Amino acid sequence: MAKKQISIWQEIVKGLWRENPVLATLLGLCPTLAVTNTAVNGLAMGLATSFVLLSSSLFISSLRNFIPHQVRIASYIVIIATFVTVADRFLAGFFPAISQSLGPYVPLIVVNCLILGRQEAFSSKNKISRSLLDGIGMGLGFSLVLIALGMVRELLGSGSIFGITLLGEWFEPWMVMILPPGAFLTLGFFIAIANWINDRRATA
Amino acid sequence: MNLFLIFISAAVVNNFVLSYFLGICPFVGVSRKVSSAVSMGLAVIFVMAISSVFTWLIYHLILVPFNMEILEYVSFILVIASLVQLVEMFIRKVSKPLYDTLGIYLPLITTNCAILGLALFSVLREYNFIESLVFGLGAGAGFTLALVIMAGIREELDMAPVPKYFQGAAITMIVAGALALAFMGFAGLISI
Repeated sequence: MAKKQISIWQEIVKGLWRENPVLATLLGLCPTLAVTNTAVNGLAMGLATSFVLLSSSLFISSLRNFIPHQVRIASYIVIIATFVTVADRFLAGFFPAISQSLGPYVPLIVVNCLILGRQEAFSSKNKISRSLLDGIGMGLGFSLVLIALGMVRELLGSGSIFGITLLGEWFEPWMVMILPPGAFLTLGFFIAIANWINDRRATA
Repeated sequence: MNLFLIFISAAVVNNFVLSYFLGICPFVGVSRKVSSAVSMGLAVIFVMAISSVFTWLIYHLILVPFNMEILEYVSFILVIASLVQLVEMFIRKVSKPLYDTLGIYLPLITTNCAILGLALFSVLREYNFIESLVFGLGAGAGFTLALVIMAGIREELDMAPVPKYFQGAAITMIVAGALALAFMGFAGLISI
């Protein structure tokens, strides 16, 4: 029993660092780079993606014995696209401002390789409860990286975090950080820092 | 003139990879060698041109008349996935050499977000039929351009002394950042 507890815990935790979708497996880079110009956008995208990931994991894992092997990818994509439509309409209805600033990147969650990758690698082979835990971990790991990226870029690019100004008048905003090049540079440094931490852990 | 502007804008000014971040997965994955980057680029141009035509037809002739815009995402992704499959079968029948060049890259394109992004952007910007096609060609050309430049740099990078923790994905991102910065120089060319 005790052993099982640990492994359930690990099911969630692995998504946070060891198999983190962005930093370790480089999945779902498109939204990661595109919408992290502010922390709020990062948070919204993280939540939307987690919602789609969780719901489709739940669905696909409960249907895993019914979906024929040959058409599985097509079925997964249709299920994912359905939940993305739900998320998109929800955002457009309740948070029009965020929906506006995320633009076509919400529908693009459909082709986020993170979601399809988890369905193929995990949900299609595991029990519903396991798939849910995996979805929570992966979604959380993805959201945290997005929020962190958004915070760094927003702080350097406009001197604020979550819209609250932190750096005073003296700070000259680095415009480039909220523009496309800033996304690539920040993620590059994030990956390098992750490599460094992993290396230190391995040697310690 | 307007068509020309759409083409240039999609290809360089608002480059799909470097300013919209679409198609980052193949951009990182298939940019190790110039020759494979060229093949991948050609396959993408091909599929983009065809899928922009088909998604336009589906959206304006089926979804809009029946008020089913809510099915936009589901139908687009299905159209793209089956189109890629068809194109693959067609090329294999018609031209063996072309199939050998593009072959393994075609299935990868289904999950290339640039294709779906293209369809979504043409709907969003209300392009007409010809404009969508030109937009697709421009976006494909821009993708190929970015991919080939990146592959060229990475071939050189193999010989460069990259700091230990930056090796692999990290340095690719930094290089892409520098490229995006360079492409921003085109922004003054036209505004859309």
